[in-house]
Amino acid sequence: MTRYVRRRYIAVKVDGNKEFDGKEAFDAVWNSLTKLFGEHGASLAELFLIEYNQEKRQAVFRCSHKALDLVKASIVAVTEVANEKACLQIIKVSGTLKSLRTKTANLP
Amino acid sequence: MKFYVDLHLCPQANNFSYVNEMVEKAAAFGYKAVGITMSSNTTTEEIQKIKELCSKFEVDFVSRIDLAPKSAGELLKNLRDLRRKVEIIAVECTSKQVARQAAKDRRVDLIKFPFVNPKKRFFDAAEAELASGSSASLEIDMASLLTLQGFRRVVLLSSLRREVQIANKAHVPVVLSSGADDPILLRTADDYCSLAYLFGMEHSEARQAFSKNPKAIIERNRMKLSSEFVAPGVYVVRRGKS
Repeated sequence: MTRYVRRRYIAVKVDGNKEFDGKEAFDAVWNSLTKLFGEHGASLAELFLIEYNQEKRQAVFRCSHKALDLVKASIVAVTEVANEKACLQIIKVSGTLKSLRTKTANLP
Repeated sequence: MKFYVDLHLCPQANNFSYVNEMVEKAAAFGYKAVGITMSSNTTTEEIQKIKELCSKFEVDFVSRIDLAPKSAGELLKNLRDLRRKVEIIAVECTSKQVARQAAKDRRVDLIKFPFVNPKKRFFDAAEAELASGSSASLEIDMASLLTLQGFRRVVLLSSLRREVQIANKAHVPVVLSSGADDPILLRTADDYCSLAYLFGMEHSEARQAFSKNPKAIIERNRMKLSSEFVAPGVYVVRRGKS
């Protein structure tokens, strides 16, 4: 029997002078993750982009709960998205997508 | 809400639009107090302007000066001249002699080391013991972790990991600051705490390094600079009528 996989959902605000799309934000985090922790670390993270709200400039990533610290450090270490200066800010971390959406619903 | 302090913002003090942008961002990120680096030629008018700017964003302004003396003698001279003028004095130790003098001098609040050259990071057990006796804290600029890449960042992380362990063993407070000279390098305190995971700091420990430790330095120095201060441990509680 396979065990239930525990995951964490991270809401991230993308701040920069240019409009970015979800793939660009994901690539920036992925590059940062592989730079900091290598391919082995990246494989443990099970990082995945769930959604990107262009209007709010807000991305939601999913990762393994065991690799949460790795992913958070990688997100904060991002200084460039699509070769443009940018800064990624962690807004909320939650165990379910539903509760993350509830918590971030009222945020600008 | 936590009282987060960023003791090291380093915009050019005479470029007010830049200072404004950085203070605004720091306020938006939830910092309650910011330390802005002054140069020796910063005028009192400029300091007053920055104070007003900070009060506009409801952020407490902390004046700070960074010294980078070449010798212990130069450090002592600078401390004599500046100690009563600014709230925070940080010393960047570029030689072992300066590092030892800064660690044992009670007038120094923060000791820091150049992040580009690992051979010039002199924070060892002896340095930590001196620092714990004089209540100096070890300052780590987080912006350097964002600006460095590859091998240089690896070396820095390894040095920081060792230094944090030494500081904890000798009970030397660690102060985490942004060290940002560009608004794009500024992050929330919680985000910086996540980054501190890279050099082995626990999240709670990192939060303390962003709140309790810098707050204690500010309160201690403000008390010392106030007219109520007489000597260490002796304060004016009440004045009689003349």
